[in-house]
Amino acid sequence: MSEIDLIPLKKELPKFIPLGRSGLLPALHAAQKLYGWLPQEVAAEIAKSLRVPLADVHGVIEFYSLFYNEPVGRSFIRVCTDQACALKGADRLLGNLCKHYDVEPGQTTEDLSLTIERSPCLGLCEQAPAALVDDDAQTNIAPNFQSYDLGIPRSIVYGSIHELTANCGNGTTTLAKYGEYLAYQKALKMKSEDVITEIKSSGLVGRGGAAFPTGIKWEGAAKAEGLQKYIVCNADESEPGTFKDRILLLDDPHRTIEGICIAAHAIGASKGYIYIRAEYPYVIPVLEKALNEAREAGYLGQSFDIEIRVGAGAYICGEETALFESIEGKRGFPRVKPPFPTTNGLFDKPTVINNVETLCNVPLIISKGALKYRKMGTEKSPGTKLFCISGDVVKPGLYEIPFGATLRELLKMAGGVAGKKSLKAVLFGGAAGAFATSEHLNVKMTFEDLRAAGLPLGSGVVMVFDETRDIRDALKRLGKFFAHESCGKCYPCQMGTQRQMEILDRVASGGVLPGDFFRLEDVGWTMTESSLCGLGQTAASAVLSAMKLWPGLFGESQKSNVEGRKISKVSKNSKVPNTVKKSIVKKTTSKVVKKKVSKVKSKAIKKVTKKAAKKK
Amino acid sequence: MTVTFLMDGKEVIADENKTLLEIARENGIDIPTICFHEVTTANALCRICVVEVEGQRVLQPACIVKGASNMKVQTRSEKVVRARRTILEMLASTMDLSEASEIQMMMYEYGASSSRFPDAERRESEIKDDNPMYVRDYSKCLLCWRCVQVCAEDAQYTFAINFDGRGFETQIGTFFDRTIPETSCVLCGQCVAVCPTGALKPKREFLLEKGISPQEISVLNTGRKKRK
Repeated sequence: MSEIDLIPLKKELPKFIPLGRSGLLPALHAAQKLYGWLPQEVAAEIAKSLRVPLADVHGVIEFYSLFYNEPVGRSFIRVCTDQACALKGADRLLGNLCKHYDVEPGQTTEDLSLTIERSPCLGLCEQAPAALVDDDAQTNIAPNFQSYDLGIPRSIVYGSIHELTANCGNGTTTLAKYGEYLAYQKALKMKSEDVITEIKSSGLVGRGGAAFPTGIKWEGAAKAEGLQKYIVCNADESEPGTFKDRILLLDDPHRTIEGICIAAHAIGASKGYIYIRAEYPYVIPVLEKALNEAREAGYLGQSFDIEIRVGAGAYICGEETALFESIEGKRGFPRVKPPFPTTNGLFDKPTVINNVETLCNVPLIISKGALKYRKMGTEKSPGTKLFCISGDVVKPGLYEIPFGATLRELLKMAGGVAGKKSLKAVLFGGAAGAFATSEHLNVKMTFEDLRAAGLPLGSGVVMVFDETRDIRDALKRLGKFFAHESCGKCYPCQMGTQRQMEILDRVASGGVLPGDFFRLEDVGWTMTESSLCGLGQTAASAVLSAMKLWPGLFGESQKSNVEGRKISKVSKNSKVPNTVKKSIVKKTTSKVVKKKVSKVKSKAIKKVTKKAAKKK
Repeated sequence: MTVTFLMDGKEVIADENKTLLEIARENGIDIPTICFHEVTTANALCRICVVEVEGQRVLQPACIVKGASNMKVQTRSEKVVRARRTILEMLASTMDLSEASEIQMMMYEYGASSSRFPDAERRESEIKDDNPMYVRDYSKCLLCWRCVQVCAEDAQYTFAINFDGRGFETQIGTFFDRTIPETSCVLCGQCVAVCPTGALKPKREFLLEKGISPQEISVLNTGRKKRK
């Protein structure tokens, strides 16, 4: 394989060398741009230059689904087959595309001109079905793919109030249009403690899903010892059904940048990062341009600057500590907490990490003042909230409303269920969320009311299913999603997401086995209660909610709990009699199970070809 | 400084820097472990050591959570047993535990059934016999990470091995699947020493188990050469 010319790579690498290991993902991205994939020689050269062990470079390439260690097409079509797109016929579209180009999903054409892949949610849910064609978003694709929109996706913005979305819906807002960073200038005149007090009094809580009080987070990092501190903007928006950050960053990048600047001042950070998912390639130049405008205006570049980091296809990197690992050039494994990021975050330094929408609230709070900000929303949930409405509604899009409207009002705003059909369910909060039904229509959209109703607000996903939809298909996709995205670190999630997927496949195909209901419950419960990070702890959330709402969907298996499993007392220090031991051994070794045919084909093929490439 | 708290209803006093696992062991309370090993950094990834701590939203891994005053810890509550049993059942449905006697004991103790998950995909792999010192059978690997850790910063700083894939499809691997002699491996044997399941096995043991006699082995060029 000596035909690979390393000279272009050697020209690129010097700029990554000062970053050390942290330069690994940027270097791999640059190399993949040059060669189309990552051949062994290229990976070895990067390892040598950045002084990263070969095996570690290999581990990183293997972890991220958008790094390829085998030749792939010069062009890529990544068809989203997650929930919102599936409702709009993504499977048929993918099938037609593959037939047209004579490939299977996950395969490359013989002339290496094109690879077609299934993709996890691309964040284009309101314009489904959607695909990513190289760096362009392809949306509203007709099943025969003869008509579609291509390029930077449109921003469809509605709602009853436009605070966070004031500049959204009309293309990118340049700095000239955005105006001066007045809130930042105001904050700079304030003591950093006072900025934090203002954020605390505003009652702002994180909008990424965990709803942690932002002011308390900032205070923790501000008070933490250490001269070097970081502010990180989590733009790894990957929760299926979520697209708010895409719109905020595309249409109004300066609001986020200003929010980051204020946070940096409050906690004393000299460096900021925006970590954006690779599935938003069209957002990156917009952000770069905005950062340059901010540098020219003097907001950035002197005592504080911001660097963009791009993910490489891993939902788990939206988890804060996994995101740090990714910036540090490692596999995106979540860390054990405590210690928390506020004391031991990025590069083990005190770090604040906030979601894009959270940061967009910051300039608003500083310029209005906490008191006035609190006039919006409710007592316990102040401010406004962005909802990503997709699926079977008349007007899917991004909706900004003050906290407190009911689900009914929100759906009415979106024109109600499409096609004059009635509502079957709403998937609330994303894949890691829960199902709601028409019984929940009067629930108010606030943290406290939703919590009481057992619905997670999550990242603001409201995905609507009409009466004709088969929830089992939705569950099957959820199962696949989590099995694909589990990092594999902790046992409950690593194996639980796989077992959950297998059972949900059986549920969807009507082939449930006796005991499947309890098996699924045990797996879901164990993931929720004992996983290491938020991914595993919520990987069964929607499934468990569906089991409560529609137990009948899971076949007759619930009645046939043949194993009769009750929590029995466990004897301590019990010795295993030899006979039992033998029988266990026999069972475990003799049980040969055929590979499931229904396994995600693209995944299987990719695995096989990856392995084949390695052998070369 | 010491801390005083309740573990299984019994008052325990311990050094404030001790983990719940250490404190339990000092007090004769058995908490099972799989990935934990005294010489490697605790990663809390197998979750078999989880315990119930009052006031905590989810179960807590005893190998890293430290004891604190006024804590109330249950090491064998219903929740704990359910989690441990399900994890064990999932392990049995995933890999070959035939040589993992400690885990077999745990399965018996927790009433875990090795056939709980029928029609489940297993992680299977061909035996890799590519060097004179040890054999790798990743069908037996339960991804405790210990081998990767001792090969890296926890002991040897050799960095010969890392991970292939992710999620359920994770496997221990080398740079582009190179054979061990083609990696930075120095054949120190520490990975073999910390492997809990026989996935890594000394070559000689592997051959003896195959019924090859010591006399035959010594001429197979897998160690010392036969003197003439």
